[in-house]
This record gives sequence, C-alpha cells and structure tokens, in this order.
Amino acid sequence: MDISLQQVGYSYAKGTPFEKRALYEVNASIRTGSYTAIIGHTGSGKSTLLLHLNGLLKPTEGVVRVGDVSITADTKAKELKKIRRHVGIVFQFPEHQLFEETVEKDIMFGPLNFGIPEEEARQRAHELIRLLGLPEDVAQKSPFDLSGGQMRRVAIAGVLAFKPSVLILDEPTAGLDPRGRKEIMELFTKLHKEEGLTTILVTHSMEDAARYADQVLVMHEGRSVMAGAPEEVFGDAERLKAFRLGLPRSVAFQHKVEKLFGKRFGTLALTEEQLAKTIAEALKEEGER
Amino acid sequence: MKEILSLDHVSYSYESEDGVTRRAVDDVNFTVNDGEWIAIVGHNGSGKSTLAKLMIGLLFPEQGKVKVFLEELNADNLWEIRSDIGIVFQNPDNQFVGSTVQDDVAFALENNGIPFEEMVPRVHESLAQVNMEGFLDHEPHHLSGGQKQRVAIAGALAMRPKLLILDEATSMLDPQGRDEVIQVVDELKRTTGLTVISITHDLEEVLLADRVIVMNDGKLLLTGKPEEIFAHGDKLESIGLDLPFAARLSRSLRQAGVGIQGEHMTEEELVNELWTSHFNK
Repeated sequence: MDISLQQVGYSYAKGTPFEKRALYEVNASIRTGSYTAIIGHTGSGKSTLLLHLNGLLKPTEGVVRVGDVSITADTKAKELKKIRRHVGIVFQFPEHQLFEETVEKDIMFGPLNFGIPEEEARQRAHELIRLLGLPEDVAQKSPFDLSGGQMRRVAIAGVLAFKPSVLILDEPTAGLDPRGRKEIMELFTKLHKEEGLTTILVTHSMEDAARYADQVLVMHEGRSVMAGAPEEVFGDAERLKAFRLGLPRSVAFQHKVEKLFGKRFGTLALTEEQLAKTIAEALKEEGER
Repeated sequence: MKEILSLDHVSYSYESEDGVTRRAVDDVNFTVNDGEWIAIVGHNGSGKSTLAKLMIGLLFPEQGKVKVFLEELNADNLWEIRSDIGIVFQNPDNQFVGSTVQDDVAFALENNGIPFEEMVPRVHESLAQVNMEGFLDHEPHHLSGGQKQRVAIAGALAMRPKLLILDEATSMLDPQGRDEVIQVVDELKRTTGLTVISITHDLEEVLLADRVIVMNDGKLLLTGKPEEIFAHGDKLESIGLDLPFAARLSRSLRQAGVGIQGEHMTEEELVNELWTSHFNK
C-alpha cells in the first residue's frame, strides 16, 4: 500500500488562542513493501506525522494518501475507518494498552471489533502466538502475569491480528534490554519480509535506522528535511548535525579509521559487521601496496 | 572506606495472580562505599528494579538485611534515611509537580521546611550543577527529555543527598539527551564525590562506572570493574546483555582476520590499537 504526503501541515488546536503548529509542508513518499525509518530530534514532529498515517489526525493543510484513500482537512471520520484496517500502529510501550482477562482475548479484540468471526479471530490469535515466539500456554494466561518482553509481544500480536498491510512502529524497543531489543527488531524484519508488510519505524536509534531500513526520512522542526537511502542520509554528517542528529556508531567510527588511513573508503558501513569487513579489506590493500 | 549501603543475603519474592511465587531477588550480597559509582545491569526481569525498591524501602526483604548509611532499613527509620537519598526514575514526565523549573526543584525543600533564604540559593546551585540555571522560569513540560531528567536530578541534589539512585534514568531519552545526562552525572561524581547507583541498559554508561554488578534471574552473577565484566563477552550475551560498541567491533575485526591485540572497551582504545598494530611500524 503506497503512502504519500503532499505539502502536509498540521496545527494543534487550530483556530483557538492555543493554536500550535507541529507540521509544515511535509512531503514524503513511502512505497509498498519498503522499510522506512523516520528520525528526528525530540519535538521534530515525528509523532505528529505518524498519527496522520492511519487517520488519527487529519492534516490541516495538504493531502495524505494511503493506498487509494486521500485524507484532507475535510475528510469524514467514516472514511478514516477504512484505512485503519490496513494500517496498524504499535505505540511506545504498547503493553500499557493490554486490558483483557486472557492473552487470547486481548489479541482477538481488534479483529472482533472489525467484524471478523470469532473462530477465525481465535485461530489468528494462536497463529500469532507462535509467530511471535511466545509459549503456546500463554493463550489462557492473564497478560499481566507475563514478563515485560512477553507483554510487549502480546500487544504487538494484537496489532497484527487484523492483518494490516502497513505496520507503524513508534520506538518499539524503548525500555527493553539489549537482547529483547535485538529480538524485537529481528522479529519486525522477519514480519516485514514474510508478511510483505510496508514498515515504518520511528526511532531515536541511528543504529537501528542504518541497520534495518532501506529508506530514511529526517524530520526537523516540523518539516521533512532529508530523505533517501541510509547510505545517502548518513553520508551527510554536516547536514545531520545541523538537525541535531548524530551518526550511527559504525559510521562515526569509520570516519575515525579513515583518518588513520588518510583516505576515504568507498562504502559507508551501516553496521559494525560491515565496518569490520571494510577495515579488513582496506588493511589488505594497504599491505599489498 | 565508609560504607554507604549494603545488602546482606537479601531475598524477595512476588506472588502472581495464580498464586505462584517468583523469586525476584535471590540471596544477593554487595556493599557500596562512599564516593563509588556503581552500575547495576541485567536483562528485563533480572531483579534490578526490585533491588532499587529494596534499597529505598519501597519493599522490605523477605530474608536478609538492607543497610543504608550503616542502619538497617525499617518502617521507623525509613523516612529519615530516605531524606538522604535522591532517586530519579525512568519516565521524565511522571515526576514533575512544579509549574516552573525552579518550583519543581524547590518542592522537596519546601516539604522539608527549609527556610526561604536558604531555599533560593540551593535551587540555583543545584540547577547550575546540571547546567540548567538558565531555565528557572521555564515550564517543565516544554523541556526536552534530557533537560527534564537533568531538572529531576537537580531536584534530588537540592536535598543534598548522600546517595543518588538512577533507575533507568536515561532509557527513554534520545541519544543527545542521554549524553547530556551522563555528562552531568560524570561531572557531579568528579566534583562532589557523590555516591551514585545507576540501574541501566546503556553499556556506554556502564563503562564510566567504578564497579559493575551484573544481575541474572534474581542472582548476583558477576561484579567487578567494567573492563573485567566486559571480558566475559560470551557469558554476558548468553544472559541477554550486550557489549559496548568498541568491544563488539574489536571482536568482529578479529573474525574478519584483522590482527589486533587485547580487549578494547572504548573507541579510543580501538583506534589506538589499529594505529599501533598496523600503521606505526
């Protein structure tokens, strides 16, 4: 499902003395099947932007297109419901939204609300429990008796339950330990590939943006200021700095090593594994000279 | 060396809804001395947060003793002991009470009946310590995450604590905010000799600590200096932790066949090693 934003502006409390502008002339294009990372300093408009992608907010100016639905300031609420079936959002700390008596019921809640028959919803819930690597016996447990990492998986299952084709992730690893973080990020990569999702990741982690995304969108003071492949965006350290953003550690370290060699390497290492290979090759060349 | 806090064979269990008890902290022993900076690390559910609650008397141990400032914590001395402990929690938005930065920092002072003449300089002084003196009349809610946590630290400092506990205080911040907070704590440690216990997932922060305590499934697994702890790379990974960037890269380099010697915890060490082993011949 292609998503595009054209000259999107948004003001909170528009027309009141408390009016506050959050987005200005935002343009973006997100193709079906892509994995886009949205990065930006706190207060850059990332969160406001993502609320537009499934119609939780309507733009006050411009157009948001999700598949064949266009959302403008005048779009009726009924129209918005259509896109919510296709766009799932995993909010920060999604486990705070768990509420049902059992894990099974919690995962089934969304599909039942969208009118999916009970048996189908139950089946889907059990599929998801397996897919997310949760033990089979959690289905009848209270979600509140699970560990933090498991609760988060249940909440994510609840979003996946109505089979969205676009999955939006708002800081999905906040508060997790390193292994939990890695597991969740790898789970999203797997889902992205296997379920053919269009994935949008809002993150503070330059490392995650570099490692997992194929497109990076930079927000700054409510505007979309850079977009491109991770190599392009992270190749421009100066501009990122102006937007108060740093480089992924591997890229920053590459620059230090390049100083040692007194030359630039041809590629930008987006992960430390990649960087180790680049350095090994450069040393080999150096030795052969 | 003066003891600030000690846990002596401390255990604590929670009971879940279905009546099963789970041991969150299991026979833990350690001592923290005056002026030390301790990092406590461990996977989610390893017992770190329960430890923090035991240290400030939000929970009392089932077995064993928690001593703070050489006194065993109990319901009677709890309030007095707590007045010497500052604590900063994870979510910066959940701990503001004042409508301006200076009101917020003054809150605990007011509650403790500190006279106005003393309150004013203390508020200014604590805000200066966290580099936030220019924000006296700002509304806390309009600050960035890093600024909010620094104000929270100032609020704790205003009470002149003997011990500062940071319970994942940087985990919800963006990289810049995290750096700001870590820098401030590092500065405090050097200039004031304050004892800090930081519960954290941030390995770069752990590198700055004097001593690290690694928790796993409620038990104390390892304790030592950061470089000693990170030398146990595989063991740490097997319990769900990670290594700092430089240590991971150093390992990847060796796997890629680059000849380098020793362990490297910081980027500086690794760059130096690459320099000595490959260029400075």
